[in-house]
Amino acid sequence: MSSARNLTAALRRARVPRPRLALRPVQFTPLTSTTRTFTSSSTRTSDSRQIKYTSEAYNVQRNPNFAEISAEDVAHFKELLGSQSAVIDGVTTDAADDIEPFNSDWMRKYRGHTRLVLKPQNAQEVSKVLKYCNERKLAVVPQGGNTGLVGGSVPVFDEIVINTSRMNQIRSFDAASGVLVADAGVILEVADQYLAEREHLFPLDLGAKGSCHIGGNVSTNAGGLRLLRYGSLHGSVLGLEAVLPDGTIVDALSTLRKNNTGYDLKQLFIGSEGTIGLVTAVSIQCPPRPKAVNVAYFGLESFEQVQQAYLAAKGQLSEILSAFELMDGRSQSLVIESTGNKHPLEGEYPFYCLVETSGSNAEHDMAKLESFLENVMGEGIVADGVLAQDETQFQALWRWREGITESLSHLGGTYKYDVSIPLADLYQLVEDCKARLTEMGFVGDDDSFPVRAVVGYGHMGDSNLHLNVSVRQYNKEVEKAIEPWVYEWIQQRQGSISAEHGLGVAKREFIGYSQNETMVKLMKQLKNVYDPNGIMNPYKYI
Amino acid sequence: MSGLRILVPVKRVIDYAIKPRINKAQTGVETAGVKHSLNPFDELSIEEAVRLRERKGPIKVEDILALSAGGPKCPDVLRTAMAMGADRAFHIDVPEKGDGGPEPLTIAKMLQAVVKEQNVNLVLLGKQAIDGDQGQTGQMLAGLLGWPQTTQASKVEIKDEAGTVEVTHEVDGGVETLRAKLPMVITTDLRLNEPRYASLPNIMKAKKKPLEKKTLADLGVEDTRRLKTLKVTGMLFPVLDFISFLVLALIRFRDAEPPPRKGGGKVEDVDGLVGKLKELGAL
Repeated sequence: MSSARNLTAALRRARVPRPRLALRPVQFTPLTSTTRTFTSSSTRTSDSRQIKYTSEAYNVQRNPNFAEISAEDVAHFKELLGSQSAVIDGVTTDAADDIEPFNSDWMRKYRGHTRLVLKPQNAQEVSKVLKYCNERKLAVVPQGGNTGLVGGSVPVFDEIVINTSRMNQIRSFDAASGVLVADAGVILEVADQYLAEREHLFPLDLGAKGSCHIGGNVSTNAGGLRLLRYGSLHGSVLGLEAVLPDGTIVDALSTLRKNNTGYDLKQLFIGSEGTIGLVTAVSIQCPPRPKAVNVAYFGLESFEQVQQAYLAAKGQLSEILSAFELMDGRSQSLVIESTGNKHPLEGEYPFYCLVETSGSNAEHDMAKLESFLENVMGEGIVADGVLAQDETQFQALWRWREGITESLSHLGGTYKYDVSIPLADLYQLVEDCKARLTEMGFVGDDDSFPVRAVVGYGHMGDSNLHLNVSVRQYNKEVEKAIEPWVYEWIQQRQGSISAEHGLGVAKREFIGYSQNETMVKLMKQLKNVYDPNGIMNPYKYI
Repeated sequence: MSGLRILVPVKRVIDYAIKPRINKAQTGVETAGVKHSLNPFDELSIEEAVRLRERKGPIKVEDILALSAGGPKCPDVLRTAMAMGADRAFHIDVPEKGDGGPEPLTIAKMLQAVVKEQNVNLVLLGKQAIDGDQGQTGQMLAGLLGWPQTTQASKVEIKDEAGTVEVTHEVDGGVETLRAKLPMVITTDLRLNEPRYASLPNIMKAKKKPLEKKTLADLGVEDTRRLKTLKVTGMLFPVLDFISFLVLALIRFRDAEPPPRKGGGKVEDVDGLVGKLKELGAL
C-alpha cells in the first residue's frame, strides 16, 4: 500500500508542471527609471552593494530640517522597545549586513542609507516611537514585507525604518460576518491560510503574498487578481488602527459594514503609502471560500470581440465570474518562444482571454459556464477555446497568463507600464505604441533592432493594461520615444499612469498626468495637517 | 483486418493535483466535495486512440468506445473522453458505497463482456488508476480474453493491415519493443503522449454523442468482493516510527545514555535567535 501511495505521489509531482500559488503575475513597473531597472535586473545575481542608491539615481537632496540619529536616540529606542530583537542598530555598531535587507528592495532597484531599524510590537510602542521621532524631527519609513514595486517602503536617506513584522497576531475572526481583525504585520498568505481553515478567503491575492504584510497591502491599496470579484480595499477594509506622527493612536477598528457617522477617515490611510500615519491593525470583510473553480481560455479575432466576450461574461456568468484576463497574440508567442510549451489552441489568434469562475456549486457553475461558452461560440465572438478538465490543465492555462512576465525577463529587458484606461481604448495604447516605435525604426525581428516586441496584457475586467516593450538591449533613444509620450497618451484619455502599483519614489513626479493641480494641492494640505514636520515617508508620493 | 474497434475504459478519480485526505473513520479517502477528474493514465489512452485515428495508419479506426463504471458523476469524465475524440460511451452504473468500488477482477470480467458484445479488437487502458493503484485490470482482462498484452506502453505503432502492432515500453536501463497481433490489450504509461485540451467546439459536439447506461447485471457480471479494507492511515506515523526506531538503535549502539541536557535559554523570535547566536559566536 505504502509504496503504491508513493508512486502516486511521485506521479502527482511529475504531472504538475509548477505550483500556481507562488507564481501569480508579479508586475515590475519601472516608470521613471527604466534605465535603472534594466541595469538592476541584469545585475540581479551580483552583490547587493551594487544596487545604485535611490538618492543618486533620482537625484534627491536630503531635507536639512531632519535631525541626524544620535547614539542617545538609539539608546532611547532600545529602552523603549525593550526586546533585544526589536532594534537593529547600525548607528553605534556595525550592522551593515543585517540592515541591508531593509535598505533595499527585492527587485534590487532602490537602496537607502538607513542605519536604524525598529520593530515595535504594538500600536502603543509605535506611538511612543513616532512621538519621539516627531519631536526630534527624525524621518521614518513604515515598512511591511518590502515587496512594493515603486520604492515606497525603502528609505532614501537615513530615515528610520519602522518594520511591522513583529506585529503579527490575528486578533479575531467572526465566521458569521466574515470579519477578520489582524495586526498589520500578518503575512497575507498566513491570513489567507488561517481563513482557508475557516472556509473563508482573503479578498486580496497577489504574487508577493508569501512575503507581503496586510498592513502594507492596505497602505498601498494593493490591487491584484481578486479585485474584479471582491472589489478594492477601499470597500473591503471595514476599519483600521493607525498611529499619527504625533503619537495619536487612531482607533477606527470598526467591524461594521455600515457606519455613516462623520468623515470616513480610515480611507485616508488606504493607499496613502505611509505618508500620513502608520497602519498597525486592520479589520477586513472576507467572503466565503469558493468550492468550485473553472477556467476557460479563448482565441479571438479582434479587440472588438474581446469586449463583446467580456460583456457576455459579465452578463451571463455574473456572480461566479472571478477573472477576465487579456493577453495579445504576441505576448503568447513570446511565452512559446521562451518556454517551448505547446499552445492549447490549434490556430493563432491576435487576442486571447482567460476566464475564471468561482462559485459554491460545481454543477451550477458548469451549467452556467457551458451555456456562456455555447453562446460566445455560437455567436462567433470567440473563434476557438478550451476548457480545463482537471487541476493540472487549470494550472497550465493560468501559466499562459502568469508566465508572460517571466518569459519576457528571459528574453531580455522590458519597459513596463501599469496603466488604467477606459475599456474601449485599452488596447489602442499598444497599437499606437507599436506603430510609433515601428515608424521610428526600432522594432524588428533580428538583433539589429533594439525592440523585440510591443505587447499588451492585463486585467481586462479592471480596465488595467500592462504595456510591455520587450527590448534586446537597453537603448536611451527607445526610452525617449516612449516617455513621456505614453503618459501624455494616457492623460488625454483620462487614464491613470499607475493603476495598482502606487507612486512611491518611481512615479512621484508624474502624478500630474493623472491628478489635476487642485487635487494635488488638496493632498498636500492633508499631508500638512497630519504630518506638519513631514517625517512620514519623505521624498515620496507627492 | 477490417477496422480498429477500440475500447478505452476510463475511471473518475480524485484530481491528481489535489492532496487526498483520509476520512475520519479511517476506512478510505475523503471524496465528498473533492475535485474529481479523469484518471491521468486513462487520459493517455484516449489520446492514443484518437491519435491512431488521426495518423491514418494501415488500419482505419472504426470506433472509439469510452467506458466507465461508477456512480452518477461518471458521465462527466465520459463527456471529457468524448470531447477529446471518443465516438460514444458506456456508463456502467455501479452505486457508490464508499467502499472503493468493484475489484479489478470484476472490472476485467465486465470489460470482457463488453469486448465480446461490441466486437472490440483493441483495448487501450491506463496501467493503473491513481486512487486504488492496483494496476491489475489490464493484465486480468488479457488473461480472461486469452489475448496478447503489452504493458506500460510508451509508443504504439500499427505496422500493417494484417494487424501487426509494435509496442515500446520502458524497462530497467532502457526500452523494449514488442510485437504482437491484434486483437490485443495495451496498457499506457506517462511517456506515451501529451493529452490534448478539450476544445470548446468538441465539448459541444460531445454533448450530442451517444452515452448508453448499463448495469453489471446487463453484462452478466456480479460484483463479488474478495478483499475487505480494514483500515486506511496516513504515512506520517510509519515515518515517525522509523525515526524513533533509528534513534533508539543509535542509543543502543553507543551503549550509553544520552548526555544530560543543559539548561537552555529562551529567545523571543528568529531575530532574537540570530542575536543570541551572534552573541555566542556561532555566527
